[in-house]
Amino acid sequence: MNRPELVCPAGTPSAMRTAVEAGADAVYCGFQNATNARNFPGLNFTVPELEKSVRHAHNGGTKVLLAVNTFPPAGKVDLWKEAVDTGAKLGVDAFIVADIGVADYIAKNYPDIRLHLSVQAAASTPEAIKFYCREFNIKRVVLPRILTVPEIKTMADEIPCEIETFIFGNHGLMVEGRCSLTNYITGLSTNMDGVCSPAAQIQYIKDDSGNLTTKLGEFTIDCFSCDENAGYPTICKGRYLTPAHDGAYYAFEEPISLNLSTLLPDLMAAGVTALKIEGRQRSRAYVKSVVTAYRKAVDNIMAGHNPEISDLLALTEGQKETQGAFKSKAWR
Amino acid sequence: MPPPPLFAIQPVLRRIVNRVATDNPDMFGRLGPHYNAHFVIDPVNLPFVLVLRPDPDDLLLDARQRNDIPPHDAKVSGSFLDLLMLVDGDLDGDALFFARDLTITGNTEAVVCLRNALDDIDGSIAENISDMFGPPGRAALGILRRAKQRNKSE
Ligand code: SF4
Repeated sequence: MNRPELVCPAGTPSAMRTAVEAGADAVYCGFQNATNARNFPGLNFTVPELEKSVRHAHNGGTKVLLAVNTFPPAGKVDLWKEAVDTGAKLGVDAFIVADIGVADYIAKNYPDIRLHLSVQAAASTPEAIKFYCREFNIKRVVLPRILTVPEIKTMADEIPCEIETFIFGNHGLMVEGRCSLTNYITGLSTNMDGVCSPAAQIQYIKDDSGNLTTKLGEFTIDCFSCDENAGYPTICKGRYLTPAHDGAYYAFEEPISLNLSTLLPDLMAAGVTALKIEGRQRSRAYVKSVVTAYRKAVDNIMAGHNPEISDLLALTEGQKETQGAFKSKAWR
Repeated sequence: MPPPPLFAIQPVLRRIVNRVATDNPDMFGRLGPHYNAHFVIDPVNLPFVLVLRPDPDDLLLDARQRNDIPPHDAKVSGSFLDLLMLVDGDLDGDALFFARDLTITGNTEAVVCLRNALDDIDGSIAENISDMFGPPGRAALGILRRAKQRNKSE
């Protein structure tokens, strides 16, 4: 069994340093604009910050993967090309891409820099992945979170590139790169503007009894009674009233996070090359806890010991965790 | 209980906010258009709130009685220890929100910017502040840290 790469989130330079110290093999990050899928206010890197951070990460033996993984709208491709050119100049180790135009630009102009296919590309069949490998020399695919571990194993035998899978973090609808729910409500696109449920349109309203209502734009996403754990006001995690159902219910997914700690040995045995932790928008406290826990678990497995995973439930959305489709297709 | 006299702590708060700003000039970039927003920081188990305006050219950190809260853009409420651990990078704000230990009202985007700005500060803000007050400051931080530890293990 090969030692998998632990790929960790970095929303700020400080979070990146935290990830490096906690034992990340690679960190992924983005610029402060729509070129990446975590374009949140106050998050991400300026060019000078990334320059310094790449140096620091490389000194610590950690690779830097630059997410340029949104889809440029017509006429705006230059912003994506600029992000790529800057990343190349700063010495990033790989680009994470979803759009074929961006992939083509990198393959032609920077053939020596690795290309990773983002989960946003939603490539979930050997045929699609082989196409990307053939056309753009993709070295690694980040698989959509819709495959079981046995399916991943079969995939590993059929495709000519490395496999990266998510092991912890946000768990939504899993129509990755194709979700238009935010666009429908807020006018901003997750896939082109890089932001799901923009903070500017979120409202938290607490009543006198302690009940918390979360709203996105005009829409109520959920209402938590005072003794209930809360979730993000993302549309796919909303509790809705519909004529088809008695009472409010989670129509798509409930507030919950992915945690594959107990499936780690199976994933590694299935031929997964890299294990990804979601959460660039989370704090450095989150990065420290999750990266430390998974670093220890992976090292233990490699040494033939019990993985001994720390309890990460407090960091999960709604304080609930799932193994999603990795465990069974019956997850929803 | 009569409201606590706040005039004594105002100069201390001013020193604290000036020190954090001087040590971390880069943090202001993350505030974007919200650098002059007014935030109310509400430690729910203390008898007063703090009003913060993180404008590098016109900084404000002021203690106010609960019956004297000025108009503001956003409010962040939680226990004093949780807020301290949050600012210090020891606790994850989202986790506190999931557990209902942190409440945000008002302009959510401004709060997200402030959170990201503070989270990008390396090291411990509390330690730097306690150093400003010499041995008594460090002793006070030691007491708080022990309380934090108890809090964590509960
Ligand atoms: S609404 Fe849910 S599925 Fe859609 S982009 Fe947002 S988090 Fe992902």
